[in-house]
Amino acid sequence: MAEKLPYIQDYLRSKKRFPTVWCPGCGIGIVAGGIIRGIDRLKLNKDEVAIVSGIGCTGRMPVYMDFNTVHTTHGRALAFATGLKLAKPSLKVIVLMGDGDALAIGGNHFIHACRRNLDLTAIIVNNNTYGMTGGQQSPTTLLGARSTNAPYGNIDQPFDTCFLAKAAGAAFVARTTTYHAGEMERLVARAISKKGFAVLEVLSQCPVFYGKMNRMPTAVEMMQWFRDNTSTQDVVGRIRRGVLVDREVPEYGDEYRKLVGSAQEQKDIRERKKSPATVRLAGPHEAVAVEHEESEKSAEVAKAVEVHGRK
Amino acid sequence: MPTTIKQPKQSARFMQGNEAIAEGALAAGIGFFAAYPITPANEISEAMARELPARGAVFIQMEDEIASMAAVIGASLGGLKAATATSGPGFSLMQEQIGYAVATEIPSVVIDVQRAGPSTGQPTFGAQGDVMQARWGTHGDHPIIVLSPSSVSECFALTVRAFNLAEKYRTPVILLADEVVGHMRERVSEFPVMEVVSRARPEVHPEWYFPYDNDLGDVPPLAAFGDGYRYHVTGLFHDKSGFPTQRIDEIDPWFERLFHKIEGNTDDIVEVSEEGTREAEIVLVSYGAAARSARHAMKMAAADGKRVGLLKLKTLWPLPEDRIKELARSAKGFIVVEMNRGQVRLDIERLAAGRAAVEGVHRFDGEMISPTSVLKAIEEF
Ligand SMILES: Cc1ncc(C[n+]2csc(CCOP(=O)(O)OP(=O)(O)O)c2C)c(N)n1
Ligand code: SF4
Ligand SMILES: [Mg+2]
Repeated sequence: MAEKLPYIQDYLRSKKRFPTVWCPGCGIGIVAGGIIRGIDRLKLNKDEVAIVSGIGCTGRMPVYMDFNTVHTTHGRALAFATGLKLAKPSLKVIVLMGDGDALAIGGNHFIHACRRNLDLTAIIVNNNTYGMTGGQQSPTTLLGARSTNAPYGNIDQPFDTCFLAKAAGAAFVARTTTYHAGEMERLVARAISKKGFAVLEVLSQCPVFYGKMNRMPTAVEMMQWFRDNTSTQDVVGRIRRGVLVDREVPEYGDEYRKLVGSAQEQKDIRERKKSPATVRLAGPHEAVAVEHEESEKSAEVAKAVEVHGRK
Repeated sequence: MPTTIKQPKQSARFMQGNEAIAEGALAAGIGFFAAYPITPANEISEAMARELPARGAVFIQMEDEIASMAAVIGASLGGLKAATATSGPGFSLMQEQIGYAVATEIPSVVIDVQRAGPSTGQPTFGAQGDVMQARWGTHGDHPIIVLSPSSVSECFALTVRAFNLAEKYRTPVILLADEVVGHMRERVSEFPVMEVVSRARPEVHPEWYFPYDNDLGDVPPLAAFGDGYRYHVTGLFHDKSGFPTQRIDEIDPWFERLFHKIEGNTDDIVEVSEEGTREAEIVLVSYGAAARSARHAMKMAAADGKRVGLLKLKTLWPLPEDRIKELARSAKGFIVVEMNRGQVRLDIERLAAGRAAVEGVHRFDGEMISPTSVLKAIEEF
């Protein structure tokens, strides 16, 4: 990796913005490195990349990166990014959020961004806690874990970020950790290249709060935990890494541009009346509808078989 | 960079205030509109959903008003003129992002068609209860521009003006309409031909671009993302490059410019219309739907030989402070006519500073203030 350092310098606002705000041992810097190496793999033009972040330790990432960068409000980064991407479709828009940012205060925007499937890349740094405000429980804090606001252990069921993204309709969903830096770099590049809404969850360490309160006071111990408790295979008791979803879903920007074409033809209400709406099921319902159709068909076949007495 | 646009020739027609707001947005060159459905602002979104795609511009219905305002700011950062429309409950939800647009100086237009409130209140009744929220709704000390139309043709003209001021001063501008004006239909002949302003863009080499340069006058140029100027935007206190700072010697000059760009340009920003105020003993101060009743009452009082004038506030914030102070010397007193419990009246009392009496006619249950109730207040003054 040493030979890549000069490239990294190209993407950092190194003259002005260092040292970082992060604590020693924090995983966010590793994620920042992975993002930059992923972007470098794709040889993107810096002027054509926008990084949109929310609020939190994770939200501080873009200030160090030499792109078009905007540090928005807590939870709303995806909504800002939606406006930006629709206004400037040529931009590659990458959205960086913490777990609290993306899934608690921003949970509504997150599921709607998944469903809308605009071409954005959402990278969620999941450190299972609210780092910036001092280590309170987040929607991904594991059961029983201690936090500043759960001194007796967390009883709130956590979300699985990737399941949520999948159910809500994201086109691409993947997971990695700060221990797996090479994998992270490859997944960042894949997520950015995916046309549609791509989610990459990166499990990351907050040693000063989550780690200390949960008997893993050093970054090394936390990263070893990621090594020992995750797998690229489906293994009971281990968190699955790698690409979990990669599917073709109509992309919102493309759909909007098609709509612009038909709006120009159908602006007059009389034209709209001539071509009535065609309604179709989408996403999971579409699959269910197909299943129903098939089961109806097989029921028909079974009936026919019965009628003709050829069992 | 002002350019004058020619309005398409229209014959006289009946039009609703909300429709005129939509027409105003189109005339001003709107490129992006995001909103969440709410009465009594829906007609604005409906017109946008119909018109914008056909013009290649963007309409999007977001998942809530927080997202709508955030998307508007994002789109404006992408270089488009952008707006949202809502009513009380949604306006409450937008406040945090409005403050973000103030602090980051990103042009944006927020249309609030006020309903009777608080809470869900009565969606189809008019009121003017959001006046102070428009002024102070987002946290922290900040300047803001708020405009208030009182007729269908003003809905058009003040919407164009809202976009122009937002672009010129790099600020959110709130168009504070109300249900009465928004839903009312009036005959409009031709809309005025208005100047259309777009934000200044940087012309310097990207290396020399500072989006918050306090030495460039009140309003530094704003580059769109993707145009070759890579810079940082944050709601934290920031230096001239846009990077976070905790240095008081960088924060203070920025704050000073932020306030000065509005407070130092009131000659340009503040717009009122006055009738009979010069000779008036009693000056009615009103705005929005309430100003219609105030004007009617003024005419009735004049027929009785009373010297009553009307100061109609088209710009609500900032207030025409100097003019109000002058009138406090020339007139005996003010009657503030507004569909709330006295939100502007508080400031008129402050500005009159005991030199003129201040009374008010207030109603906030969703019913219009009747001209006769204003006349009664004039007679009892
Ligand atoms: C509306 C709002 N509520 C609360 C906060 C305070 N706040 C700042 S960061 C944060 C949580 C950060 O947690 P997370 O998103 O997981 O990011 P991390 O710091 O762990 O990277 C909170 C609650 C805020 N800035 N804005
Ligand atoms: S508080 Fe935790 S997440 Fe935040 S910088 Fe420190 S270690 Fe990282
Ligand atoms: Mg976190």
